[in-house]
Amino acid sequence: MRYVVCIKQVPETTDVKINPETNTLMRDGVVSIINPFDMYAIEEGLRLKAKTGGTVTVLSMGPPQADAALREAIAMGADDGILLSDRAFAGSDTWATSYTLAMAIRKIGNFDLILCGKQASDGDTAQVGPGIAVHLNLPQITYVRKIESIDDKTIVAERLMENGYEVIQSPLPCVLTVVKEINEPRLPSLKGKMAAKKAVIPCWKAADLQCDPKCIGMEGSPTKVVKIFTPPARQGGEMMKGEPSEIVPKLAAKLKDAILGAAH
Amino acid sequence: MSDPIKITEKCVFCGMCVKACPFGAITQSEKKTTPVIDLQKCTLCGSCVAACKFDAIWMKEKSTSGIDLSAFKDVWVFAEQHEGVIQSITFELLGEGRKLADSLGMRLCAVLLGSNVQARADELIARGADKVYLVDRPELAYFQDESYANVLIELVKKHKPNVFLCGASTIGRSLVSRVAVPVNAGLTADCTGLAIDPVTKNLLQTRPAFGGNIMATIEAPNSRPQMSTVRHKVMKEAEVNHARKGEVSLETIADVLLQCKAKRLKFVPEVETTTNIAEANIIVAGGRGMQTAEHFGMLRALADVIGAGVGASRAAVDSNWIAYSHQVGQTGKTVCPKIYIAVGISGQIQHLAGMQSSDIIVAINKDPDAPIFKVATYGIVGDLFTILPLLTQEFKKMLGK
Repeated sequence: MRYVVCIKQVPETTDVKINPETNTLMRDGVVSIINPFDMYAIEEGLRLKAKTGGTVTVLSMGPPQADAALREAIAMGADDGILLSDRAFAGSDTWATSYTLAMAIRKIGNFDLILCGKQASDGDTAQVGPGIAVHLNLPQITYVRKIESIDDKTIVAERLMENGYEVIQSPLPCVLTVVKEINEPRLPSLKGKMAAKKAVIPCWKAADLQCDPKCIGMEGSPTKVVKIFTPPARQGGEMMKGEPSEIVPKLAAKLKDAILGAAH
Repeated sequence: MSDPIKITEKCVFCGMCVKACPFGAITQSEKKTTPVIDLQKCTLCGSCVAACKFDAIWMKEKSTSGIDLSAFKDVWVFAEQHEGVIQSITFELLGEGRKLADSLGMRLCAVLLGSNVQARADELIARGADKVYLVDRPELAYFQDESYANVLIELVKKHKPNVFLCGASTIGRSLVSRVAVPVNAGLTADCTGLAIDPVTKNLLQTRPAFGGNIMATIEAPNSRPQMSTVRHKVMKEAEVNHARKGEVSLETIADVLLQCKAKRLKFVPEVETTTNIAEANIIVAGGRGMQTAEHFGMLRALADVIGAGVGASRAAVDSNWIAYSHQVGQTGKTVCPKIYIAVGISGQIQHLAGMQSSDIIVAINKDPDAPIFKVATYGIVGDLFTILPLLTQEFKKMLGK
């Protein structure tokens, strides 16, 4: 079985601010990590490999620095990593990103299951996983919280819904996006770290993927960001001090209208 | 391949582009030198091109798609139904969609997929739809990614909507990503603000990024439909008016489009939830300060009295005090209720990301320096085990229960 895990390198914190004087994102000194949801996808890939045998390939599109994210995944136990990095990919939205990843997965070929995190912590779109699925004309199971069974032809997985969960059966190959509940990612082993250091990570460019130039980067991205701004800061409100027996009725009174209004 | 953006010899070294770049991708090593664009950081947003007074920055023009944008009419809303019941997010979309349709001078249409849901079309008309596209087939009784997406792709290709809105729910997000790709549409996730640009008539889609610390406004100027998923509880529901008239168009769909490779074997509703927190108007959430799983019973008691859903911080979920489906925050759910009562939650940035757009935030915590108080509308410093039962009691009295 060949498992392909798509990962994204993101800033460690979402606590990024806009410098009010220059209107630029202040990202200096912010450490890059693997998107937290992608960690669960990597871990699940490794667990499935332990069960069925096979290989786990990690794939990332990003700047050359994203090489570090791939090495971290190899340190956790992934067999190999592939970086997609090209100036031609700049300005990609989720349409172009999912196309580029899909083209790379096609080139890898012979895959059985594609795993992604449910969304990235910087963009929060949750659109790339399903986008890859549809570019490859594959079925998808999103928001997966548990894989019930897998064999060389079929997977059965639980999808987390707002009001419960669904059990979905899909033929392979198939695309999965996973939520945090699915597992607890392992730490890299010493052996893994050694492997990560030595790993040769190929960098594929647009030409390697036989991409249609109209479908990548800015050209392939229907959406564009026209403005970024800081949301109005939430003001801290009223601190209520005193004996609980005094302030609790006051608090209840303040909330009364909102609670009655919310009942509708 | 040549660079998609560059600073030409017209540059007078004023440095305006350095200031204009939202991504810190342009640097000027010293005065009187041409700034340098770091193409790894550049997203080709065009801010610098607009800021340059000397027309010195050249950016590759995106070739227009060659499609006739004027052929795309009407504002569409995907009507999400569970077991034949139209979900409230749909009414919010109809409320917002009405405004967009009016400012574009177009019709508001709802798209309803299901089995035996014909009677529900009137509900959509009463909430403002001028037209309902209805696909009523036993195969569409419940949501399945492939068949639902196939049907929507077919309808979009046939009727060419200008704007297509869908709820940013599990279903909505899974579904429309599969639709946007084959119809070559721009799709913006999780919007909290929508407006029509008065000049270009483009849809301006505003959404939070970086866990709500940054807002971004996004356009899809050269493609149609302009697709967005919209966050639940942000837009106001359309009012009901049974006197409204509208048209119902029963659409026929080829059988082959209803076939799915992936199949739902069963649906297991969660029994534990009082109210689904994505739907809840009030949420009572507990964190590390609750200390044990049993103590969550106190939160449930309060939630029952005021009709609230029960939420939790990551710490509480990781301690197995409550199921993951209740987790609010970056690795859980983003919620936007009218009232959010945070009990024993310190307010880590990851938690705030999931709840800071709530209308009213109440914080109860023993640590006066807890960051949760910085976003709280009302804060009480004290022992939650004393305060919670008092509060429950007080609400009971107040609501006559």
